[in-house]
Amino acid sequence: MRGVRIKDHWKEQRLFDLRATIAGIVGAVLLLVLAGRLVVLQVVRYQYYAQQSEYNRVRIEPIPASRGLILDRNGAVLAAGQPGYQLELVREEVPDLDATLKGLVGIGLLTPEEIPDVRRAIFSRRSFDSVPIRMRMTDADVARFEVRRFDFPGVDIKSREMRWYPNGSLAVHALGYVSSLSEADMKKVDPQQYAGTSVIGKLGVEASYEKELHGTNGFREILVNAQGRSVEKIGKTDPSLRVQPPIAGETLVLGIDTRVQKAAESGLGTHRGAVVALDPATGDVIALASMPGFDPTLFARGIRRNEYAALVNDPDKPLLNRALRGTYPSGSTIKQAIALVALTDKSITADRKVLCLGTFSLPGSAHIWRADKGEPKGELDLNEAIARSSDVYFYRLAWEMGIEKLDVGLAPFGYGRRTGIDIAGELPGLLPSPAWKRTAFKRPADQVWFPGETVNLGIGQGYLLVTPLQLAHIAGEIAMRGRNFQPRLVMGTRDPDGHFKTFPPVEDKPVTGISDEDWTTVINAMAAVTKCERYCGTGSAAFKGTPYTSGGKTGTAQVYSVAQGAKYNAKTVAANLRDHAWFIAFAPVDHPRIAVAVLAENAGFGAGTAAPIARQVIDAYLLDENGKLKPQFAPKPADQPAVAASADQPAATSSAPGPVATAAAAPTVPTAPKTAAAGATL
Amino acid sequence: MIREEVSDGSVRRTLTGTARMLMALKLDGPLLVGLGLIAAYGLVVLYSASGQSLEMVLRQVGHLAMGTAFMLLLAQVSPNFLKRLSPWLFVLGTLMLLVVAAMGHIGKGAQRWLDLGPLRFQPSEIMKLAVPMMCAWYLQERPLPPSIAQLLLLGVMIMVPAGLTVIEPDLGTGALIAIGGILVVVMAGLQTGIMAALALLGGVAGWVGWHFMHDYQRERIYTFINPENDPQGAGYHIIQSQIAIGSGGIFGKGWMNGSQAQLDYLPEHSTDFIFAVIGEEFGLIGLLLLLLLYAFVVGRAIYLSTQTQDTYARLLAGSLALTFFVYVFINAGMVSGLLPVVGVPLPLISYGGTSMVTLLAGFGILMSLYSHRKLVGS
Repeated sequence: MRGVRIKDHWKEQRLFDLRATIAGIVGAVLLLVLAGRLVVLQVVRYQYYAQQSEYNRVRIEPIPASRGLILDRNGAVLAAGQPGYQLELVREEVPDLDATLKGLVGIGLLTPEEIPDVRRAIFSRRSFDSVPIRMRMTDADVARFEVRRFDFPGVDIKSREMRWYPNGSLAVHALGYVSSLSEADMKKVDPQQYAGTSVIGKLGVEASYEKELHGTNGFREILVNAQGRSVEKIGKTDPSLRVQPPIAGETLVLGIDTRVQKAAESGLGTHRGAVVALDPATGDVIALASMPGFDPTLFARGIRRNEYAALVNDPDKPLLNRALRGTYPSGSTIKQAIALVALTDKSITADRKVLCLGTFSLPGSAHIWRADKGEPKGELDLNEAIARSSDVYFYRLAWEMGIEKLDVGLAPFGYGRRTGIDIAGELPGLLPSPAWKRTAFKRPADQVWFPGETVNLGIGQGYLLVTPLQLAHIAGEIAMRGRNFQPRLVMGTRDPDGHFKTFPPVEDKPVTGISDEDWTTVINAMAAVTKCERYCGTGSAAFKGTPYTSGGKTGTAQVYSVAQGAKYNAKTVAANLRDHAWFIAFAPVDHPRIAVAVLAENAGFGAGTAAPIARQVIDAYLLDENGKLKPQFAPKPADQPAVAASADQPAATSSAPGPVATAAAAPTVPTAPKTAAAGATL
Repeated sequence: MIREEVSDGSVRRTLTGTARMLMALKLDGPLLVGLGLIAAYGLVVLYSASGQSLEMVLRQVGHLAMGTAFMLLLAQVSPNFLKRLSPWLFVLGTLMLLVVAAMGHIGKGAQRWLDLGPLRFQPSEIMKLAVPMMCAWYLQERPLPPSIAQLLLLGVMIMVPAGLTVIEPDLGTGALIAIGGILVVVMAGLQTGIMAALALLGGVAGWVGWHFMHDYQRERIYTFINPENDPQGAGYHIIQSQIAIGSGGIFGKGWMNGSQAQLDYLPEHSTDFIFAVIGEEFGLIGLLLLLLLYAFVVGRAIYLSTQTQDTYARLLAGSLALTFFVYVFINAGMVSGLLPVVGVPLPLISYGGTSMVTLLAGFGILMSLYSHRKLVGS
């Protein structure tokens, strides 16, 4: 039905009133929904949002801890912090990173080649971290940047502590160096702990003691607005912000004696090689030199690509730590160890004489082992065979003993095994054995141990490989009659008040089973090496007139096999195939305080090059500037109780010298160590 | 109004001085008090939200003064005049929207303003009032609820200006214009069946409209669904405003202590997102107090609309009252993460002159519609 609808005002009024009521109810419900939402935000999830708001406004700015100092045993600074300027960038504050980096290249603060590395470094850190992109800025660099500062938002010059090595390349292979934290480094460390840190230790003490040297970074909370700018107040209110001061890294005291280290490095001079000097009674490293070295400051200030390439491509390999990683045949420096093994298993007696005529050959073999031109001839006893370094004597002895006895006897000295020094990278060298040969070679024909190889081992040739550190350690072990202290660069720490704390030496498994008499025999033979009495030892020229007693052994390691019947002539052999010169030594004989190994690559006879360096190193340690024995090293009368050497030293509480005092108080009487005595009944 | 005992025992209504003055000015006391409290609250919040800018507060006072002037003026205008004005205002507004649209087309960019020498205004703001006025005018002489044909015509009346505003582009205002018109029709008794059908149609239209939306409008919807998707970009507003409200807790961080607002983490903190500043600095208590004030104003306005005497007045007053509520709900809903981000200011509190004037003008109209009613003899 379609009718005309008539307006009914009352009905419309009622309809409107109904709708208005419903609208009011709907509105009230919607307001309740809204209030519910607010309760969820402000009551239920309050903690979450309060924290989010805190994250927003408070930025934690790290305060880097200053890196610990590295001192030598007398308190002289080997590595320290020095204020310097560096350019830093905060990624999230930089509007256009590529343009910014390009701009920095434009004003000569970066090179185009550095850009990829810089970018990687920037992206390895958190977006709000301040990342160093150019270290060690000169005043001119700083000035150049300041003028253009406004073109580079997010980039700023920060005064930061820089690593400083006052002696340049001195002892670099012991100290190591620091370099700016790379992307790869960041993966290895806790980014929380390293926020604000710009460098990390690489190699040496800097790397092995990174944790101690790094310290604990502090932080400062700063108030930032949404643009990332630091602001003072929230509206008109002072914020309460936390500050935690950093804890500086520990100051490490090394056993290194700067004077001895300098003597070692200047002794090697232009030779490639290594010198290691240890305190045999503690294992403290007195000097650790590997030449050539390099200036660690190059890395600390940020090494440039071409500088790094030059180091890597240098044929003299300055980056190679020869003291720990250079492996060489020991040459004759093995003879005293073989003698000890032979005496102990009764293969020889000290007074047995062997007729040596300059050559040796195995029965039924045409191969002739020749000796060097200085080879003693005639009837030699053990003392003379060591002092004058007879090859033939030891060819025969090795042959008589056989490889098994030699291996069993030599292993306890530490051949083929790491000494366990407290810095990384040490190589174990190699003590060859038939068992080793079976696994080392692929071809069955090569896996056979030939009798001739036993003969070679008798004079430290063939497959035998040792490191200078190993030999210094072995020299010390023999001087200490078998006591074995693990070598260590860091002997203690100095607390902020200047007190030195020396760590107790770490004593390792000793060489046991050797009688006191046999030790004396061999130590005397080594002493004869540096003396002219019945005959002149091979090291006697170098050690002439020392105010202390010493023992030693020369060695010459062949790099190159001379053809049968041919003569080795240094002049005709290419420089890099010439023999390596070895010398190991210790002094004084009765209470050894220093054991040294010197290796000079391609330097010919050990007596000629290496022994004088060893002398120089020992002199630098034991003697004062006037060539007099330092009081703390003076021989003590046997009937008197040992005078505490610390009396000779200033009290340890004075800040500069001191650790020597504690080192001197370490056990120094090697005559009958308990451990050795226990096994002496064998 | 007070009650006065008269000698004959009957109760006679009489008026105090204030009430008499309000009556003379054609104003409603309770509504005026509610609006005044909200505006005062707003000024206090604005001082903090603007970063202690007295200048901004004073300018906002200027906006309030101008809005109040419009309110007073419109309250004096008789409903009959408004009724007659309605179609003309609607036509004029629509024409101006077309001009703006044409200019925007030429200028190849967003265009909302019409520049008439010293006068610069948004025609879409006028349409917020003109559309419900037009709808109420159209329906007043016709029997209610409206027929299908009438509904179609009303649809055109609503959708043309709303559509023109949306393409400006101003999705928020366009939606509010449409809502203003639709509420008139709903209050006119739109059948629930048709409402359901329209809601369905709206869903379909929304789906179609999706394909015509500007990227930034779609972006807003995407990020509304999942703000954490793009915390530094499009989701930033919603995340930061929720952090601001949530971190305020029950009692708030205190006036001028809201770190989200004071340190600029909260965007638009003086304008569209000022609701979050209140939440941060005055907490849940501050927000509930504000919502109560709004509820009072809306409730009073609805009550007034039921007291008007003809269809035009009822429909228009009802629509104005409910539109005001919709403003509040959309803004609060968007800032607290219940609704997508559309550019709708918080009525009477957000900094800005245009919406302030429109809103107070609307209340002026509402008061006129109420206070000009003829008191039928007692």
